[in-house]
Amino acid sequence: MTAVPALSLTDLSKTFGGLKAVKGVALCVAPGERRALIGPNGAGKTTLFNLISGELVPSEGRISLFGRDVTSLPSHRRAALGLARTFQITNLFSSLTVLENLLMAVQALERTKLMLLRPVSSYPHLFARARAILESVGLAGKEGDVVKNLSHGEQRQMEIAMALAGRPRLLLLDEPTAGLSLAESRLMTALLQKLDSGITLLIIEHDMDVAFALTDRVTALHNGSVIADGHRDEVKSNPLVREIYLGSA
Amino acid sequence: MMGGRRRILALLAVGGLLVVLPPFLSAYPLTLLTQGLIFAVFAMSLDLLLGYTGLASLGHAAYFGVAAYVVALMTTLHQAGFWTCLVLALLAAIVLSATFGLVAIRAVGVYFLMITLALAMVVWGLAFRWVSLTQGDTGISGVPRPTLGPWSFAHQTAFYYLTLVTFLVAFGLLLLIVRSPFGMSLRGIRESEGRMRCLGYNVWLHKYLAFILAATFAGLAGFLWAYYNGFVSPVEVQLITSVETLLMVALGGPGTLVGPALGAGIIVFLKNFVSVYTKRWLLILGGVYIGVILFAPQGLIGALRERQSQDRKSSRYPAGIKGDTA
Repeated sequence: MTAVPALSLTDLSKTFGGLKAVKGVALCVAPGERRALIGPNGAGKTTLFNLISGELVPSEGRISLFGRDVTSLPSHRRAALGLARTFQITNLFSSLTVLENLLMAVQALERTKLMLLRPVSSYPHLFARARAILESVGLAGKEGDVVKNLSHGEQRQMEIAMALAGRPRLLLLDEPTAGLSLAESRLMTALLQKLDSGITLLIIEHDMDVAFALTDRVTALHNGSVIADGHRDEVKSNPLVREIYLGSA
Repeated sequence: MMGGRRRILALLAVGGLLVVLPPFLSAYPLTLLTQGLIFAVFAMSLDLLLGYTGLASLGHAAYFGVAAYVVALMTTLHQAGFWTCLVLALLAAIVLSATFGLVAIRAVGVYFLMITLALAMVVWGLAFRWVSLTQGDTGISGVPRPTLGPWSFAHQTAFYYLTLVTFLVAFGLLLLIVRSPFGMSLRGIRESEGRMRCLGYNVWLHKYLAFILAATFAGLAGFLWAYYNGFVSPVEVQLITSVETLLMVALGGPGTLVGPALGAGIIVFLKNFVSVYTKRWLLILGGVYIGVILFAPQGLIGALRERQSQDRKSSRYPAGIKGDTA
């Protein structure tokens, strides 16, 4: 790989007491690449995401973002380097409105978040950007709605919107179609396909159709270790993957 | 925006009454009103921490008291003037909270509650035992009413207006702060710290700053209190003072600013009224709190706003304006 990888994990491990959730994972994602992370429940996928985004501290190994070692960097600093993520279980500001949620996300990496004595409404560029993102994910008419009143599908769209607010270079999507109907999944897939091709994507997905529609390289995880890593056709036909993940008939 | 306009009118009406009524009031109600306004500033300062940032502190009286002590000491020992006392009192609150914050802010939830309680106990202990400085239990008496240039605020009505102006300034500043981007970030922290971190906020820093700001306004209240009461003692920093203020916020409605101010007024009047008939004020206070938790957990103003927003299906905002809480 000649270019600096967007994400590079070296020998990454995480142990909780007696449980080795992630064991010596090595991963390399090139900039602009779309990678799917698959594996059965309990394989360690979300733990891996939590390690990458900084919610968890690794027991061993190193993480680097765009060539920069971030292993000991707190979450908010990684966000400033261009990392964003969505959550499998929707994690929004549920008692605030859609617009307020987006404003919160939009000002996160700007100096204005520390401004004390002028009202938020005096920073029109924040509103403009928030509205533009809502438009791009298809939630434009809902800006005044309180988030907890949105449908599940709309909340999943919000997750994406929040993640896009900071103009990320690397986006971690944790089961973007979790809990969505077939029609909603198709809409979500279309939305994700429209994402800027400059953004590197790492997607955890159980829905193989979605995973393969959005990505061409796949990494398979099982019991905390990488068992296959390559082009999706290779991984799809990997006997170990077939046995463990795609299941017996 | 019916709700907003109605709200502004209500505030102006109350404000108007506060300005016009006092010369017609007799001494006792006037002193109660003054006391109510001072505690309103104190309660609003705690609201910034509790209602907006979601940090429940049981030791907020430490900053109120430290400022009161500074005023008491500076006026009785050094005959310090109004502005000197103001600067020093606020500085004391800032320095104390900046120091305590370094220890307290790393804690969350119940642990934060316990640490703030413990730190306030330290201040109380010092106030009680450091007799050479604070006169211990005897307290410092003889704090004169302030003078500003040619004006003396010795007269009750004059001092009331000084308090009112200070209250309005504090309210105005706090309103700006909660509507600012920083204020919005505090609300985000209250809702979901983890999400805020992922988005890129240095949550520790925002909480720390909120802590210091809240303490500064508490110090402003303490500054006024010393002049009002003429006497400062460990009572100012004792646990009950912190608890009563917490109850003012809970009763009025956390996260509304006006709510805690109202709660302060109610508690001050109730306390003084009830004390005429019984010594069991704390029992009544406890009863009030239980009532609030059972029947109106978002407080009086919180419940009012909830009722208002149910009348409109979903909140609609004209382009470019946001205006949900406060």
